[in-house]
This record gives sequence, C-alpha cells and structure tokens, in this order.
Amino acid sequence: MSIDLKTIKHISKLSRISVDEQRAKKLAGDLNSIFDFIEKLNELKTDNVEPLTSVAETTLKLRSDEVKSENIREQIIKNSPQDNKDYFVVPKVIE
Amino acid sequence: MSDITKQSLTELVENIKNKKISSTDVTKGFIERSEKSGELNAYITDDFSSALDKAKKFDQKPNFNLKLPGIPMAVKDLFCTKNVKTTAGSKILNNFVPTYESTVTKNIWNEGAILLGKLNCDEFAMGSSNETSFFGNVQNPIDKNLVPGGSSGGSASAVAGQLTPITIGTDTGGSIRQPASFTGTVGLKPTYGSCSRYGIVAFASSLDQAGPMAQNVKDCALLQEVISSYDPKDSTSIDFKRNEYSKELSNNIKGKKIGIPKEYRVDGMPKEIDDFWQKGIQYVKDCGAETIDISLPHTSYALPTYYIVAPAEASSNLARYDGVKYGFRARGENLIDMYEKTRSEGFGAEVQRRIMIGTYVLSSGYYDAYYLKAQKVRKLIKNDFDEAYKKVDAILTPSTPSSAFKIGEKTNDPVSMYLNDIFTVPVNLAGLPAISIPAGHDSKGYPLGLQIIGKAFDEQNILNIAFAMEEKISFKNQINDWWIK
Repeated sequence: MSIDLKTIKHISKLSRISVDEQRAKKLAGDLNSIFDFIEKLNELKTDNVEPLTSVAETTLKLRSDEVKSENIREQIIKNSPQDNKDYFVVPKVIE
Repeated sequence: MSDITKQSLTELVENIKNKKISSTDVTKGFIERSEKSGELNAYITDDFSSALDKAKKFDQKPNFNLKLPGIPMAVKDLFCTKNVKTTAGSKILNNFVPTYESTVTKNIWNEGAILLGKLNCDEFAMGSSNETSFFGNVQNPIDKNLVPGGSSGGSASAVAGQLTPITIGTDTGGSIRQPASFTGTVGLKPTYGSCSRYGIVAFASSLDQAGPMAQNVKDCALLQEVISSYDPKDSTSIDFKRNEYSKELSNNIKGKKIGIPKEYRVDGMPKEIDDFWQKGIQYVKDCGAETIDISLPHTSYALPTYYIVAPAEASSNLARYDGVKYGFRARGENLIDMYEKTRSEGFGAEVQRRIMIGTYVLSSGYYDAYYLKAQKVRKLIKNDFDEAYKKVDAILTPSTPSSAFKIGEKTNDPVSMYLNDIFTVPVNLAGLPAISIPAGHDSKGYPLGLQIIGKAFDEQNILNIAFAMEEKISFKNQINDWWIK
C-alpha cells in the first residue's frame, strides 16, 4: 500500500495538526516505511482469534458517588494559556 | 562524607537510620553532584532549594520507620508533581503546573523521600534515545555523545551518573529496560496493573507502567514495594497481594526453570549479543537453575503490533492537548486554526508522526484492517507466553539487540529506531513483568543488559533470579565522570 499526500492531508485534518507541503512529503515517506513494516501482520490468519483489548483481567469497580471537591478552580484556571479568572477563553466561535 | 553519592539506596537508608549521616548531608551531596552535571542534561526542572528545606525538616523530626527516610530522589518528568512543573518532555506542556500528585510519586513521598527534580525524557515517552525531548538530548554517563536510551533517558543517566540514588521511569515498550541496559543500571517494568497510572502523563494506556530504575537489584526491589499499590483512581489497577519485595529477596533459585526462546535469536543479531546471551544462560545454570528451550512463535509480529496499538492509543490520549485548558497555545484565526497551529507547533516530529499513524489506523475504513487486526495478534502473542509458562518459571533474553549508539545515529530512520525495542515490546503487549540487569560489556566497553521476564504478578520471582545472577555476574559500571569539569 502507499499513503499519498491526499491521505496525509486527510489524517492531518482528522488529527488537528496542520502540516505544510514539505512536512506532508516527509510524513508520507516516513509513514510508508512504517506501514511497509506493519504489513507483516497480514501473514497471519486471525479470523477466529478474539481481539485482546486489555491485559488487566478485571471488571470495572464501582465506587460510592460522593462529592470530593478540593475547590481548586483558581489553580486550574491558572494553567490556561489565556488568562481569565473565571473561564477558559478560546477564539471567538459565534459571530 | 565525600563518597555519599557512591552509596547505594540500601546503604543510604541504613546510614540515615543509624544516624551516621543526615538527610541534609545526603541531599546536599546529590544536589552538588547534580549541579556539576549540567552537560548530561538529565534534569528538565530542579527543585534543589525546596529539597534542602525538606531534608532539614526531616532531620529536625526524623521518622526512621519509613522505607525511604529522608532520601532525595529525582523522577521522570512524566509523573505529575503537585505545584512542580511537569512537561513530559514537550513544548506543549512547557508551562504546565499540576494541581495534583501522581499516586506513584505520592507513595514515594509518603515513605519519607524528597523530590530533587524532574528528569528529561523523550517527548510524551515516545522514543528510544531521548532525542525527541523538547529540552534536548541527554548524554549517557558511559561515554560522550552516546545516547542513554529512552524514553526514560534522563532517569537512566541520573542513576548511572549518581545524580540521584534511585529513580522511577515509565515503560510502554521498553522505556525503562532499554535505557537501563544502555547505562549499566537495573530497571524493572512491573506487571500491568501493579503500579497506578493515575497522574502519569498518558501515552498508550493499555501498555504504560511505572517502575524503578536503580544501581542494584535490592534497591530496585525496595522501591518496587513502595510504588506498587492498588489505586481506585486507576480503573486498571489490580487488587492483588503485594510482597515486601526487598525483605523477601532471596538468591536461592535452585531448580527454577528458565525458558530460552529461540525466536529471540533474530536475523542479523550481532554474534557479540548472541555470545553475551549464552554467557547469561551459563550464569543462570551456575545459580542452580535449569534452562529449557522454548518457543514464542509470534515474537516477530510484536513490533508491528505495537506500532499500531501504541500510536492508536496515543492519538486518542493526546487529543486533550488543544491549547485551551493548559499548556502551549499558538495564535489562530479561529478556533480550528488555533487547534491546528497549537498542535503543529507544540508537538515535535516523532509525536506528530505517531498521532498520524494512530489517527490513520483508527480512521473509518481502516479500523478492522489495522487496529482490530493488531488486537488479535496481541492475543496470539499473549497466548505464546501463557503456553510457555506452563513449562517454565521465567524467561531469559538479551534486553536490547545492541549496546548504546551515538547521538544522531538513528534519528533519520524511524523503523531502525523502533527495532531497538524488539526484545522489550512483547512483554508490554502481554502485560508481564520484566527486569533488565547489567551483565557485561561489548567490544566498545559499553554495558549490555539481560532481561528476565516473569509471569504476571510474579515480580518477586524475577527479582530473586536477578538478585542471584547479579552476585555471579559482579558487574562493575565504568563511569569516569567525563562530564564533570
């Protein structure tokens, strides 16, 4: 298989990472060599194999539904790149 | 005492408990050495002055019942530390200050240890040479311009260079064991579910595990018993009876059955590595254990499987870095443009590559062909181990297909870089514990490690085997302090 520039642009859009022409070409080359290597899996017949999603053989535990508030809104907001005391701020969404 | 930083963790703990040295002495010793070691670039953030305050406080009111009384310790910068910057080696988290503490580091501080600083690592733990860090290469104390391995490269360099008595790393595909092997140190990847993932910057959630990196097996066992705990905050944390690994450590491994998997004799493996492995087999026999040839038929499919599963999970985990709630933000014309520029400028090349691979294999039309296929092969790989463990108690392999390489040697070829993890990746896919111990040097004089893989939750057994072998091997790390001016 071969991953072309159009596919790279598509993946770039899906992953919300902008890439310019030069990076897209480099990525296409890298991804093709990685996928050549991955294709090896097609040697195996796996029709009757159950997929393994987790090695932790455990069922999810329930916990009691208690409020545990640390009241750290200010500290959390402080990590936001655009300073505002009360909210996360993003570029204007609605005109 | 000038030789403080040469002491093992076990010796330091004993000497502090016997009041021969104070926590302040020890902390000062490691701070002074760390300050002279800038060229290694092992630290991203230091916390020296606060460490010294904590040490003084400890000495004023010492509690010698703790397991790590007043012991200073630097940790990989992938663990969230409350009020201390945590970057994961990335520009996108360059200014992130966690409001909470990871469970693993909390366990460490609760036993009396003191944070020295945060150690360099590959960006989001994606790399095998510590060359993908936004904060630059880490040097291997073994030799100049040699990579320390990765992703826990800063951790390995800091332990080998005696900037910290012991440390913790994380291991998704070999990120503890490979750098341990490259720096002549001991590194343990515990069973999946043994150490909580809460507060560790997530890379591939079904593979990530934290573990100790140490100068010797006993130190490693001691830290493992501190960090391993059941944690309701991690839904994959497993509630099982944990040993007091260091107390129960035994060098009696007579009659143990050790499997030697023929598939690990990979194409193109240097004769030197094969000879080294044979020597390892002899060490095991000298300890009174029995070796048995076994087969793990799907070994060669592990890396391709890993390079679907890990990027898929990473692409999903790293979706949270959007420039809104924390971290770096680039200017954009609108919201989408801001997201795209933030992620393009904030992530380095390797991380972008893996997000792209992951996005592709999960995207509509390709999910079954790649992701589902990889999960099925993952099952086959785990079955191989289950089958082998009907006959043997543990498995012995080399940790890596080569010794440490030069900085820049493999950066242009991602696949050759990925091949570094050929012996370590199957263990993560199967969720098993494995330890790398230094066991010799190659012709260049660089250290080589042997890997002992155990059954799930059988950390004690592989620690015992490593402990017994360590005695027979009597490895000496050759550190000449070349980086100290």
